[in-house]
Amino acid sequence: MSAEASVLFDAPGPKARARHRIVAIVGGLVILALLYLLVRALATKGQFTGDKWAPFLDPVTWTSYLLPGLQATLVAAFFSIILAIIGGILLGMGRLSQLRPVRVACGAFVEFFRAVPVLMMMLFAYYLFLFGFQISGEALPLYGVVAGLTFYNSSVIAELIRSGVGSLPKGQREAGLAIGLTSFATLRLVLLPQAITLMLPSIVSQLVVVLKDSALGFLILYPELVRSGQTLASLQGNLIPTFIVIAAIFIIINYLLTRLANYLERRLQARKRGPKQPPLDTTMISPSLAPGGALAAPGQT
Amino acid sequence: MLQGLSELLSEYDVLAAFWMTIKLTVAAAVGALLLGTIVAIMRVSPVGVFRSAGTAYVTLVRNTPLTLIVFFCAFGFYITLQYRIGPQNSPIDVQNFRWGVLGLAIYHAAFVAEALRSGINTVPKGQAEAARAIGLDFGSTLSNVVLPQAFRGAIAPLGNVLIALTKNTTVVATIGVAEASYLMKGMIEFRPDLIYIIFGIMAAGFVILTLPLGVLFTTLSRRLAVKR
Repeated sequence: MSAEASVLFDAPGPKARARHRIVAIVGGLVILALLYLLVRALATKGQFTGDKWAPFLDPVTWTSYLLPGLQATLVAAFFSIILAIIGGILLGMGRLSQLRPVRVACGAFVEFFRAVPVLMMMLFAYYLFLFGFQISGEALPLYGVVAGLTFYNSSVIAELIRSGVGSLPKGQREAGLAIGLTSFATLRLVLLPQAITLMLPSIVSQLVVVLKDSALGFLILYPELVRSGQTLASLQGNLIPTFIVIAAIFIIINYLLTRLANYLERRLQARKRGPKQPPLDTTMISPSLAPGGALAAPGQT
Repeated sequence: MLQGLSELLSEYDVLAAFWMTIKLTVAAAVGALLLGTIVAIMRVSPVGVFRSAGTAYVTLVRNTPLTLIVFFCAFGFYITLQYRIGPQNSPIDVQNFRWGVLGLAIYHAAFVAEALRSGINTVPKGQAEAARAIGLDFGSTLSNVVLPQAFRGAIAPLGNVLIALTKNTTVVATIGVAEASYLMKGMIEFRPDLIYIIFGIMAAGFVILTLPLGVLFTTLSRRLAVKR
């Protein structure tokens, strides 16, 4: 971290380093004081007593509330992201279509569903299934959650696909057309596979959004992690400890997904750079300073 | 259909619900901007402790569902622990509104911080080096060269955060604040026969709120873009 060159600050000299140390100590104390205030606000109301936290040592807490809740969250997220990827690819292709009506319709669909809050789509889907299609029973809230999440996220993924195709070199499309593929086949066989690979990190990041948004299913009685946690909390009278545990679960899962997205991004960049391009800075290296041999720019030797 | 529309509009106060949405958005946007700026400054500061604290805040908040944060504020701090914001005797819906705004501000501050930081990252290092080379001191390098460019680079991401915030205000329906999606739920439950019209009205409301914002920020970011 400390080696990271910043546009804002010079590398600190001895005086600045001494000043930074003082600021760090004072600032660290201020941050600790704020944390202490927060912890005290909880502790004075008895949130850190043993009996509030004891339920988490009981396996029943996990097997009947938290794990089923987590499972419901993951199931909703899984179905939503799969459907959203399919829908997103179709919509993205539609937006890139040669046919104007298809392009306009898909564009309007995407813009509309990106502008409407996910919660509203969930509510609409839920009540539409309930009153419109007379679906009822246990799976109804799941349908509502998945439908709401799918509509929103397929619009987002459609935009990702579109920008992915847009960022490909022009020659890809031209080469596809030149060997006699139709424009649809070019899109399907040449452009889309590359765009999807390029967009893979963003799609993984979108999974984090889906996981977080699945908590909105709370309002339509979907027994996801937050709602099952609330059921548990009202039984045990430990709302705040339960919320802290649930937040920790979400943070761990989402943090790992974010790390995965960053890893994919780095790998893709490493691949894109390829072995053939010369290092960018070679022209700046004067012959006397160049480490010689392989790294020196060709013209300089 | 027109009859259903006029029936709904006379029976339910749609404008009041959207007014609540706007109030939530503005209040939370101000809070998120203040908090987010502090976090962003911490994240780019040369002092390691601040950097770690800022990074920790962004990592923790960004990975938690907004629903959970809002619940933490309303059900946790307000209902369970009886902490109140502002006057002790203000009614429950006012308290819910304030805790909801706090939750929204806490959540979106992390995204504001990231937007500002990405703005700073758009400034090439050579700009600061050139400023130092012509003898500007730290203060004028920052205020005359780096920050003006950084703010202009942050306009587009900040606009995206504001649009997301507008839509995310619907989440406080879960703690009973009478904004647009809360009203929509009530309307559909009483008039399931008019479900399409109800969704149409509410969706149109959000399109009306967010589309101009999107256009405004895109134009602003284009017009103010630093040509490089």
